Amino acid sequence: MLKRTLIGLAMVCGLSAAAPAGEPKAGGVVNAVIQPEPPGLMMGLVQNGPTQMIAGNIYEGLLRYSPKLEPQPGLAESWTVSEDGKVYSFKLRKGVTWHDGKPFTSADVVFSIEFLKQTHARARGNLVQLDKVETPDDATVVFTLKQPFGPFLGIFEVGSLPMIPKHIYEGTDFKANPANNTPVGTGPFMFKEWQKGSFIRLVKNPNYYIKGKPHIDEIYWHVIPDAAARSVAFETGKVDVLPGGSVENFDVPRLSKLKNVCVTGNGWEFFSPHSWLWLNNRSGPTANKKFRQALMFAIDRNFAKDVIWNGLGKVATGPSGSAIKYYSSAVPKYDFDPTKAKALLKEAGYKGEKVRLLPLPYGETWQRWAEAVKQNLQDVGVNVEMIATDVPGWNQKVSDWDYDIAFTYLYQYGDPALGVGRNYVSSQIAKGSPFNNVEGYSNPEIDKLFADGAVAFPDSKRDEIYAKAQKILVDDVPVAWLLELQFPTITRCSVKNLVTTAIGVNDGFRDAWIDK
Amino acid sequence: MLAFIAQRIGKAVIVLLAIVVLNFFLIRLAPGDPALVMAGEAGAGDQLFVAQLREKFGLDQPLPVQLFVYVKGILSFDLGFSFRQQMPVSKLILDRLPATLLLTGTAFAISLAFGVLFGTLAARRAGTWTDTAITVLALIFYATPLFWIALMAILLFSVTMEWLPSFGYETVGANYTGLAHMLDVGAHLLLPATTIGLFFMATYTRMTRASMLEVKRLDFVKTARAKGLRDAVIQRRHVLRNALLPVVTLAGLQAGTLVGGAVLTETVFAWPGIGRLMYEALLQRDYNLLLGVFVVCSAMVLVFNLLTDLIYRSVDPRIEFAA
Repeated sequence: MLKRTLIGLAMVCGLSAAAPAGEPKAGGVVNAVIQPEPPGLMMGLVQNGPTQMIAGNIYEGLLRYSPKLEPQPGLAESWTVSEDGKVYSFKLRKGVTWHDGKPFTSADVVFSIEFLKQTHARARGNLVQLDKVETPDDATVVFTLKQPFGPFLGIFEVGSLPMIPKHIYEGTDFKANPANNTPVGTGPFMFKEWQKGSFIRLVKNPNYYIKGKPHIDEIYWHVIPDAAARSVAFETGKVDVLPGGSVENFDVPRLSKLKNVCVTGNGWEFFSPHSWLWLNNRSGPTANKKFRQALMFAIDRNFAKDVIWNGLGKVATGPSGSAIKYYSSAVPKYDFDPTKAKALLKEAGYKGEKVRLLPLPYGETWQRWAEAVKQNLQDVGVNVEMIATDVPGWNQKVSDWDYDIAFTYLYQYGDPALGVGRNYVSSQIAKGSPFNNVEGYSNPEIDKLFADGAVAFPDSKRDEIYAKAQKILVDDVPVAWLLELQFPTITRCSVKNLVTTAIGVNDGFRDAWIDK
Repeated sequence: MLAFIAQRIGKAVIVLLAIVVLNFFLIRLAPGDPALVMAGEAGAGDQLFVAQLREKFGLDQPLPVQLFVYVKGILSFDLGFSFRQQMPVSKLILDRLPATLLLTGTAFAISLAFGVLFGTLAARRAGTWTDTAITVLALIFYATPLFWIALMAILLFSVTMEWLPSFGYETVGANYTGLAHMLDVGAHLLLPATTIGLFFMATYTRMTRASMLEVKRLDFVKTARAKGLRDAVIQRRHVLRNALLPVVTLAGLQAGTLVGGAVLTETVFAWPGIGRLMYEALLQRDYNLLLGVFVVCSAMVLVFNLLTDLIYRSVDPRIEFAA
């Protein structure tokens, strides 16, 4: 029923129609919600969600990505890859200037790489295969790799590799530079004002290198800490854009039904947030493979999708999401089957030991999901104890491996070598961080497959390797995969052409316009 | 009197330092530290990233060293640096303090004025339907949770009737000046201030009523009446003035909590005040910022206690100063 309503809405609002009707109109102000308030907007130093969402308007990457994850021109207008897959040359767009008027050149690209290696954990990982960067002229950058690195063309999105102005940061203490409070990028919008606790204001970049863009004059990002108040702000017309995750999921159907409101689940293809239960592979009942498989059969994931997530998202089949590269569906299947779960628990020799379940403290939706899973597990005879924490407590417990089952979701960044492997390879087992191989799964065969997969050349070889890895993992169940999440972006229908790329709202309001 | 004030300030400083040390350890009892929180928010953090953050924040130092550094800072009026917001704590707090003072100050004024008024009214008409109505209403507002009142007020006045804005401090982007700006802020202020005010108003109403009824029975009131004084004069000069002492005590206690007491209301109404700042600092384990807000709130409590004592004196001249 609910699903049908959403599909109906999709048709009414043109949910899947990316092409806007009519010619873009210039002008107008957009009010959007940001949650929580970002700690800073200097994208090279801060990478959390709200920062990326706002700063994606200020900074730019060399490439952008279509919803199918094909690279598109960004600050680089074209690129070539050598036959052996080791040399990538980028031609930069001409006539690009920083917000302070200085020209953007290849020297800025080289500097950005050096900068991010020091400050950006993910960029550091993405750049391990990089041997050298050369700049034959101001508009050309040549990257040479130590060996072919399959996902290399996928690391240039603005959040992963934002371009940093060399003339502002060179020779300074990056983290203490006063310019961090007045970010300068090449993007379509410029930072104007930040009233802490109230709003952040961006204004149109009049010298943007694409003539006629951006269409919108100003963007206000409102900081509204309470989820119900965010819904009300949208309902009363004070806010026009609710980026994914701004309101509780149970409010989505209600807001979708309002007049002139459009909802889209697009714009998450690059991140493909993948949710699963971290099972402690080291000790307790969850160390037993049969027990872990039993959990996969015991949890009703379709129920979670339809009821808790309002039909949005997809049941996950394994470690890779279906939107990212080298996804394979040829893996063992775990349908909801409590009888099978009970049989497996018996085989595993489970005697009712207590299992600690840690929900994700990100609001009501996650709390309800944890309760549903608890119910599922109790139904097959697992003795579950729910542990309540806040966000820092959750981080600490998960980082210290002090749990049995913990909810989480991670981004996949379009390629198994960037966002999938990190959760399963032994080299990523390290206490003290909540975003690595927390479950403690260690399998030499998987280690080798992921190591080979990253550098295999050409791509057909990668396909084979990852298909094999997915098969093994799904049989081993190191974690219990739940859903490929979709966080709906809710807008007034008059805001056109907002979500156009694989990173959605994070790619900024470059192409958006308001139909007055 | 000056000696009294000086002595009280001296004592206050010692109390404040004790509070600082106690809070310092209390905060660190909570699991998780700011480095982990920030790594968590970034969605990816290797060991190096977390270690870098810890080193930068000085969290890799032994606890006594951290305490020493902090207390040394406090003694030179330096509240430290916010890890997360990349700004001096004092600036963050000073930026937010006016909004909170405006909100809670208005709420305080509303609640005290109307509380005493309704309490007096109820006491004078004790036993009549006016008294019953006031008492029942006060009880309802006293017993209903603040956030529920806040949400209902938003639903009624913002969503349904569209009279008042539901969030924020002013209309963002309107750039009002002068009177228009004041009216705009006032419109935003009305709902949250009334929400907080209702609860406190209920306590003042009940306390004024009870206290007045008690004083009314005392001998000096009878004397005044026997002297043939007008009723209005008796009520105001003899009854109310004496009945106000316990209300002043209560108001003094509550004035101290005004700074930190508005967390819920500020969150629901997206009011950019210090209560929210504190709550967010807690969730992010932003130690310095959280401690800073605590210090400022504690200082406020001490100041208001001192003020209360001074006001006592002017309400009842029989009370003498002694530290």
